[in-house]
Amino acid sequence: MRHITDLLDNEPVVATAGTDMLAAAIEQQGAAVSRAEWRPPVAGSETALAKLAADGRMEEANRTAIARMLAVRPHLVDVGVARDVFTDMTDRTLFHAGPPLEWERASGPMQGAIIGAMLYEGLAADPDDAAVRAARGEIELSPCHHHGAVGPMAGVTSPSMPVAIVEDAAGDGVSYSTLNEGLGKVLRYGAFAPEVIDRLRWMDRVLGPVLGAALRRRGPIDLQSLIAQALQMGDDGHNRNRAVTSLFLREIGAVLIDGTEAPVEQRRSVFEFIDGNDHFMLNLVMAAGKLGSDAAAGVTASSLVTVMARNGTDFGVRLSGTGDRWFTAPAPPVDGLYLGGYTEEDASPDIGDSTITETVGLGGFAMAAAPAIVGFVGGTASNAIQRTLAMYEITMAEHPAYQIPPLEFRGTPVGIDAARVVRTGVRPQINTGVAGKVPGTGMVGAGLVEAPMECFTDAINALADSL
Amino acid sequence: MVSRVEIHPGRYHDSVRLMQASKALQDVPGVTDALVAMATELNLSLLADMGFDMEATTSAGPNDLLLAVRADNDDTIATAHRVLDDALTHRAAADSGLTVPQPRTVGTAADVNGANIVLLSVPGEHAFVEAMEALEGGRHVMIFSDNVPVSQEVILKQRGVERGLLVMGPDCGTAIVNGLGLGFANAVHPGPVGIVGASGTGIQQVCSLLDDAGVGVRHALGTGSHDLSEEVGAIATLQALAALDADPAVEVIALISKPPAASVAARVRAAAAGCSKPVVVIFMGESTLEDGAAEVLALMDKQQTALSWPTDQDDHRRGTVRGLFSGGTLRDEARFVAMPVLGPIGTKELDSITRRNSDHTFIDYGDDEYTKGRAHPMIDQTVRIDRLEEVAVDADVGVILMDVVLGYGANADPAAELVPAITKAVASGAAVVVSLCGTQRDPQDRDRQAKTLQAAGASVWLSNAAAARQAARLATGG
Repeated sequence: MRHITDLLDNEPVVATAGTDMLAAAIEQQGAAVSRAEWRPPVAGSETALAKLAADGRMEEANRTAIARMLAVRPHLVDVGVARDVFTDMTDRTLFHAGPPLEWERASGPMQGAIIGAMLYEGLAADPDDAAVRAARGEIELSPCHHHGAVGPMAGVTSPSMPVAIVEDAAGDGVSYSTLNEGLGKVLRYGAFAPEVIDRLRWMDRVLGPVLGAALRRRGPIDLQSLIAQALQMGDDGHNRNRAVTSLFLREIGAVLIDGTEAPVEQRRSVFEFIDGNDHFMLNLVMAAGKLGSDAAAGVTASSLVTVMARNGTDFGVRLSGTGDRWFTAPAPPVDGLYLGGYTEEDASPDIGDSTITETVGLGGFAMAAAPAIVGFVGGTASNAIQRTLAMYEITMAEHPAYQIPPLEFRGTPVGIDAARVVRTGVRPQINTGVAGKVPGTGMVGAGLVEAPMECFTDAINALADSL
Repeated sequence: MVSRVEIHPGRYHDSVRLMQASKALQDVPGVTDALVAMATELNLSLLADMGFDMEATTSAGPNDLLLAVRADNDDTIATAHRVLDDALTHRAAADSGLTVPQPRTVGTAADVNGANIVLLSVPGEHAFVEAMEALEGGRHVMIFSDNVPVSQEVILKQRGVERGLLVMGPDCGTAIVNGLGLGFANAVHPGPVGIVGASGTGIQQVCSLLDDAGVGVRHALGTGSHDLSEEVGAIATLQALAALDADPAVEVIALISKPPAASVAARVRAAAAGCSKPVVVIFMGESTLEDGAAEVLALMDKQQTALSWPTDQDDHRRGTVRGLFSGGTLRDEARFVAMPVLGPIGTKELDSITRRNSDHTFIDYGDDEYTKGRAHPMIDQTVRIDRLEEVAVDADVGVILMDVVLGYGANADPAAELVPAITKAVASGAAVVVSLCGTQRDPQDRDRQAKTLQAAGASVWLSNAAAARQAARLATGG
């Protein structure tokens, strides 16, 4: 009875949902009311939501899952080679972004990246040969996410590629990502021209070994600390990584100079490569995110979104409480701004594992921190702030390390709750790059996309069925 | 066709702004291709791909601004320059401050002001999820919504008990917590009485009678119309009773319900008897709200006021009594009081087409079948006024009995709306008797409402039972 006594002893403070008349009647008495702008839940989710509410385990499960996500301490420790790092990777295995996919259903940029990776690995003589072999099933495709890894855009990871290794300093998790190739005509955007393949070869010959040696010499780099600083320097961690890349260079600079046995031209070229690529750190921010995502997986009854990822054909979502299942819907088009003469006609549907950043409170969820890229959301800083503020409604926590200066250093909204997504109809906001739809084109623009509601409705129904 | 390639050394803009500028240029009528970008290697190769002359760019670098336009004539190029300047210098108007998005769930809304009570009037099928969220957040809930499945009501109320939280409703029309009215509630003085009620208008009637006699109400806790059913088992009623018993500022408790399930009635009576304070149990059909209020007043050494605004209406035409109610409990009380005098009283329209009734009929227009697609008759009187006008010219009807419920949430000036139809009824020879439920401090100004109704020819009674007695007396010529 203690709580009911509290009700009777204290001044009543009221929040309302429903007819405004009742809220107005309270205000007529001189009391303040907080109103919810309530709308019915997404059609097809009502029964599942009621079952989850009645079951009662979801709240506690979510507290457990989000705590695990936030407890990881991602440290960049080394750079290895994919075939060594992934024990289940054969010479003919290619990892890719998003949910599982077959060659036939793959989008232009995904097919282009697969072709490029086959050329790079010597699995095909030319692009046509690669397409034929891929169609014949000579290549084994598998999502990065099934291997503790993530890759931006096409996310194609092949056995010879250098792979960054991120370990949890507070636990035993490990996550991986490829190294970022830069902008323009690059494999992850589906380009496979000779210059693309040459750059990949340089990356496995020079970039990977030099960086790995420097890291081993220096010791682990605390990625969360770098990302937290970068948010206060105008990064969102998805579409803007200029600050975090600069911070990384300061961390690694000294050991690049004298910490490796590599010839000085190689050390210099590594420094210049990182310096010349504002998105160098994107892949590492993603790997840091994957560590939290994996840590939060597998909590029974939890509606926490652990994965949002796209393969250019499907948009896929996984929940902590529904195990390894993917809930997919067609990948939506991106509302974007385009480079040069490209238009939305040239754009491929949404692609990439980089939405891992949004699942851990970065990217679209930290848009308010990145005024330099507000052009993507209509051009005003207040618009960017609105977008981030809207995400607090569908998330479970405010990030303890990632803070947003214009929001008085409020933590970023983190831990997407699929139940709240379907209850409110508010969809996760994603910042993203746009790939050209014709294989080999590369990047054509960047912009915004909202996760398809269908994924969340299906996921919530499956979660309810699992109890 | 003209094309132009220009390099502006050292003029830096971020890539997003430049992409916006490119788009603005591409939208200029007559422009076929345009690129505005920093002259990086990537952008220079894009320029080459677009088929522009690269001659001007030979010494350009990433810190130089590149402008390339292909258009139908020189005038268009000039326009493009103006558009570019606008695009690169335009600044959005400064925002005065942050507009925080409106909360979309009650959980978020409650976080905004630290609410300890969540009041829900969302459609009944959706109330459960919101109410469970409120309970998980440690907040008490009042569910105004009806049509919540009873199985969900049981789960909610059990969860409430586990968490020490009160679930008022579903179908809870009225509550007063520490003087704040929730739903339909009257402006009462603070005082020593605590009310537990499964009936909204029952609570309002008792509050009004007590308030007029100078006895205030500390809390009136609604429990919802199904709380004393077999399935729910009076969970909220028993919780509220215990809480009021534990509240040192409460001296007397009144417990109001429609007729409960027999087993539940026994349990509630036992709990009432076990309280440390006197509990006046008012089960409709066994006693009246008026008697209950009198009993409470007697415990406080006070007397009922029997307030009325009478009219001489003895020479009305003979006929049956037609009751047009907005409160179900008020209808039940009136029927209970009038039945011994009048004999059987129907509660339904015998013929929904002609709406003719051979006998005495008391109808609750707040019932679901009359409120589909419109607001409750305490707010929207249209249906009742329509019926009143029909009954006024029905020669079979001699007496019209109706309630008017005041308070927060109710119609702002019900008397003014009713006057034309009442005037017509009285002019045609019928007697109109009004039970006026409200307090002096209600926002509608109770005494002004009473006098307006009285001036139209109605007799007006603060006690609903008294109004029913008057109607019965007039009908039997007693």
